[in-house]
Amino acid sequence: MTDLRDFYQEIILDHYRKPRNFSPLESATCQARGHNPLCGDRVEVYLHIDTGVVREISFQGAGCAISTASASLMTEAVKGMTLVEACALFDSFHDMMTGTGEASDPIDLGKLEALSGVRQIPIRVKCATLAWHTLKAALEESNNNTAASISTE
Amino acid sequence: MSTGSPDSLLPDGETLEELSNSPRATFDVEKIRAEFPVLDQRVNGHPLIYLDNAATTQKPRSVIEAIGSYYSNNNANVHRGVHELSQRATVDFEQSREKVRNLIGASSIEEIIFVRGATEGINLVAQTFGRTRVRAGDEILITTMEHHSNIVPWQMLCEQVGAKLKVVPINDRGEISLDEYESLLGEKTRLVAAAHLSNALGTINPVHEMVRLAHEKDIPVLLDSAQGTSHLEVDVKDIDCDFLVLSGHKMYGPTGIGALYGKKEHLSAMPPYQGGGDMILSVTFEKTTYNELPHKFEAGTPNIAGAIGLGAAIDFLESCGVKALMEHEHEVLVYGEEALRNLPEVRLIGEAKEKSSVLSFVVAGVHPHDLGTILDHQGIAIRTGHHCAQPTMERFQVPATARASIACFNTKQDIDALIRGIKSAIEVFT
Repeated sequence: MTDLRDFYQEIILDHYRKPRNFSPLESATCQARGHNPLCGDRVEVYLHIDTGVVREISFQGAGCAISTASASLMTEAVKGMTLVEACALFDSFHDMMTGTGEASDPIDLGKLEALSGVRQIPIRVKCATLAWHTLKAALEESNNNTAASISTE
Repeated sequence: MSTGSPDSLLPDGETLEELSNSPRATFDVEKIRAEFPVLDQRVNGHPLIYLDNAATTQKPRSVIEAIGSYYSNNNANVHRGVHELSQRATVDFEQSREKVRNLIGASSIEEIIFVRGATEGINLVAQTFGRTRVRAGDEILITTMEHHSNIVPWQMLCEQVGAKLKVVPINDRGEISLDEYESLLGEKTRLVAAAHLSNALGTINPVHEMVRLAHEKDIPVLLDSAQGTSHLEVDVKDIDCDFLVLSGHKMYGPTGIGALYGKKEHLSAMPPYQGGGDMILSVTFEKTTYNELPHKFEAGTPNIAGAIGLGAAIDFLESCGVKALMEHEHEVLVYGEEALRNLPEVRLIGEAKEKSSVLSFVVAGVHPHDLGTILDHQGIAIRTGHHCAQPTMERFQVPATARASIACFNTKQDIDALIRGIKSAIEVFT
């Protein structure tokens, strides 16, 4: 198993204690709700999309350090991205978590690399990916204009 | 070997505190630990401390060997072969039924049905007894502290027949009030289904009183004793419950085997659960005559190795002495509760006066999942999550808890390691 200090890096603890963009978004053009029924983690992701760009993104919810920090770091990374870039980031992050190597055009994950240790503990991968799957559902909602809800059980 | 004589059973109303004042039976925990091969290992560089027994207990060598021996020496189908191996397998299989009967004090082996586990036992009662006795508008009464396996089968039945599920509330300690319970026993109540010992809170329900109050109104009672049989002395005649279910793997036996106890009058009147071989006396295309009890409810080749393993688990329990084991576990539980109460960040979930084996808690600032990972890093196995009891979690307004659950092989040293681990997690997160 990975060293615990690698797993709970300072940046993860920081984003757990002080999650960024942690509020509902009044101007949201789409949103989605995610739930991990196995551990009870819940997250709601709000997006304000304008001319194909994520202008604002925020989240709310209750979860463990890994799921909260992952959501917080995700909002920082996705803000300002085009929808295509956001989808590519999802693929790259998903790749890092599952090691499937499916991302066609891997991009630099920057601070999100701090979550790479989670891959060593398969049961916790769902915690790290919950907000990301919810983001994807919200992006899909923006295409379909229907309310979205996902589960990572 | 047996401690199941009637005078060794807990008299109605006697508390665990009173019990621990009685002369102490010999209980050598080191000797017990040596019986569990799995404990002799390091996990993540630390000696394994297994505190997830409410999820499943570890297995003593005798159980592992009984299963191996059946497959190595006696493997054959039961109840049908004239050959030697089939006879040996049948004798061992049926001896296990007798061991279950003796452990829970049933009158007859006809009242002991082998099932996959407590869940299947409850589903069996819901779909046979329930389907024939519960009608539209009727009610089934459960409690707030039930495991999903004692909620969902009744919801399914209610949906099928148009009945209603009623729920007895619990207080902040995790106890039901007998007054509230009694007031919910109404004219339409057709069955009470309640946990004997709560897996999420450790509460021991006042089952004698619950059964007495229900019977005053001719309402039968099913007890979910999945957690009960390895931690409590269980006597179905003394409790007078109508049904009781147990799971082998929660009581040092293998997975995939359990038992349903039912009073003969009920079992005889109930239609079969599943159809197939072994549950019939004769079959023609026009008509099938069902087999006698208990075989009427055991369609298909049963889990023979599992039943034999369960029999060995019961031998193990009885060789420990259930009373001595209860005293030991109670001592470790009280020690653990005190140690947890000394940590200001910790809130115990479930502080019933009558409690056994379960330490459920939350730590301020540390999510149960993170605590679980940090403890695992120190070789300590606990359960984190909702423990298949989401309504119970909702009652205490927590999405999840951390749960350390004690078995006969756990020690105060295990609790000390748990407390050190919790302190280290608090350090990481604050």
